[in-house]
Amino acid sequence: MILTIAGRELRSLFLSPLAWSILAVVELILGFMFLSQIDAYLMAQPQLAMMESAPGITDFIIAPLFGNAAVVLLLALPLVTMRLISEERRNQTISLLMSAPLSMTEIALGKYLGILGFVLIMLGMIVLMPLSLLLGGSLDLGMLASGTLGLALLLASFAAIGLFMSTLTAHPAVAAIATFGTLLLLWILDLSASGGGQEDNVLRYLSLLRHFEPMLRGGFDSTDFVYFLLIIATFLILSIRRLDAYRLQH
Amino acid sequence: MQNDTLITVENLSRYYAKHLAVKNISFEVRRGEVLGFLGPNGAGKSTTMQIITGNLAPSEGSVRINGIDILDHPKQAKARLGFLPEQPPLYREHTVDEYLNYCARINRVPREQRATAVANAKQRCGLTEVGRRLIGNLSKGYQQRVGIAQAIVHAPDVVILDEPTVGLDPIQIREIRQLIRELGKEHSVILSTHILPEVQSTCTRVQIINKGELVMTDTIEGLTRRMESSSLLVAMNHPPALEDLTGIANVQSAEDLGQGRFRLHYKPAQNPAEAVAEMAVTRRWGLYELIP
Repeated sequence: MILTIAGRELRSLFLSPLAWSILAVVELILGFMFLSQIDAYLMAQPQLAMMESAPGITDFIIAPLFGNAAVVLLLALPLVTMRLISEERRNQTISLLMSAPLSMTEIALGKYLGILGFVLIMLGMIVLMPLSLLLGGSLDLGMLASGTLGLALLLASFAAIGLFMSTLTAHPAVAAIATFGTLLLLWILDLSASGGGQEDNVLRYLSLLRHFEPMLRGGFDSTDFVYFLLIIATFLILSIRRLDAYRLQH
Repeated sequence: MQNDTLITVENLSRYYAKHLAVKNISFEVRRGEVLGFLGPNGAGKSTTMQIITGNLAPSEGSVRINGIDILDHPKQAKARLGFLPEQPPLYREHTVDEYLNYCARINRVPREQRATAVANAKQRCGLTEVGRRLIGNLSKGYQQRVGIAQAIVHAPDVVILDEPTVGLDPIQIREIRQLIRELGKEHSVILSTHILPEVQSTCTRVQIINKGELVMTDTIEGLTRRMESSSLLVAMNHPPALEDLTGIANVQSAEDLGQGRFRLHYKPAQNPAEAVAEMAVTRRWGLYELIP
C-alpha cells in the first residue's frame, strides 16, 4: 500500500516538468563543478607529484564535489518536497487518500518513499560523475562509498524535513521557503558555534554539516549515522501527527 | 437490522473554533435508499459529509458505517465507503485508466479483480472511450464522471456524493441523475445538493438542513405533498382559538405563529382567503393582515 502511494508520487513527479528541470539544472551545475575540479587537479599535479603522501584524486575531487552537491540540493530539494502534501491539500485531492482505507502512517511513509526514490535517482546521477574517472584511473572506492552514504543520509534528512513542512501549509511556496530556511539554519548552526563555549558545543552538535563532513573524508562514525536516522524519524513522526491533526482543524 | 442500516449518524456536532457548523444531527440510511441532503450554501452539508467519510473529526457524536465506528476502526469503515467531494479529487497529470487503477489499489481491491473493477466503473460512468486520455484534458462533465467512478470503483456499500451535478450541462445532469438512481439500487447513496428538483428526481428520502440543524426529514412523497399545499399568512388583533380557524372551509391546518399571527395551509385552487375575511368580520377578530 505504501509502495502504491510512493509509486504514484514518483510517477507524478516525472510527469511534471519540475522534476526534470531540477534534475537537469543540478546535473549541469555539478557537472561544471566536477570538470573544473578535474581541471584544478591536472594543474596541481606537478606539485602533488613532489609532495609526500599527497592527496589522491578521490580526496581532491569527491569531497568538494559532494560538498557542493549538498549545498546545491539544499537549494533545490525544497522545490521538490514542497508539493508532497500541500499540493494535495490545495487541489483537495487529499480527500482521496483520507477517505481510502489507509492509515496516516501509510500515507506519510508512501509520500516519503516516493520522494526518496527521486533523491536516489538524483544521487545515482551524481555518483556517476566520479565513477566515470574509473575509465582512466583508479579511485578510493571505500571513500567514495562513505561519501555517497553520507550524501544519501543527508538528502534523506532534507526530504523528511521537507515532507513535514509540506504538511504544515496548503501553499507549496510557503512549504518550500520554510524547508529552505530550516535546512539552511541547521546547516549554518556550525558557523555561530566557532567560539567554543559549552552551549556552542550543543549547537555545533546539531549542525547537519558537522555530521556530513567526516563522511566525505571517508570517516564513518556510527553517531553520525544515528544522528541522521534520528532526524529522519523525528520529522516522519511529526508529519504523521500533522496528518492526523488535519482532521481536527478548527 | 445490522445488514439493513448502512449509515448511522448519532448526535453529530462540529465546531469550527466557536462557530457551530453542524448541530446535533442524527439519522440513518438503509441499503437501497438514496438520501437527498438539501440545504442552502453554508448550511453544513459538506461538513456533515466530510465527517461521515472520516475526512473531518466530529466535535461530538458518532458515525457508524455498516455498524463499524469510523473513529474507532477507520480502516474497516472507510473500506466500505466511496466519496466524491465537492471538488473531485483528481490527479490531472494521470490518464483516466491510471487514476482509476490507483484508486482501486489504495482501496484495496485485490489484484486479480482490479481490471474488472476499473472496467466496470468506467462502463457505468460512460468513460470507456476516454480511458487513455489525460484527466486534465477532459471536460468538466467528464471529470465529474471520473470523480464518481473513483467513488464506486471498489464497490462500496455506501456512496457519498457532494453536489455531483454542479457545473454540468443539462444532458450531463440527466445522465448523472440516471446513474445515481442506478447506484441506489445496490448501494446506499447520500447526495447533497441545493437544487430541489434534483432531490425530487433521484432520491427516495430527503433531509433538509439549515444553519447546521436538521429541519425536516421526509419521503419524497411527503415533500411533494407539503409543496402542493399552499399557505396564507393572517394577522389579527383579537385572535380566535386555533380550532375556529381550522373549522373554516378548505383550511387544512393552521399554525399559531404567536402575537395573533397564523399560517393557514390549504390545497391549491381552493383558496379560503374570502371565507377567512368574512368570518373575521362577522366574529370581530380584528383582521389587519392577509398575505397570500
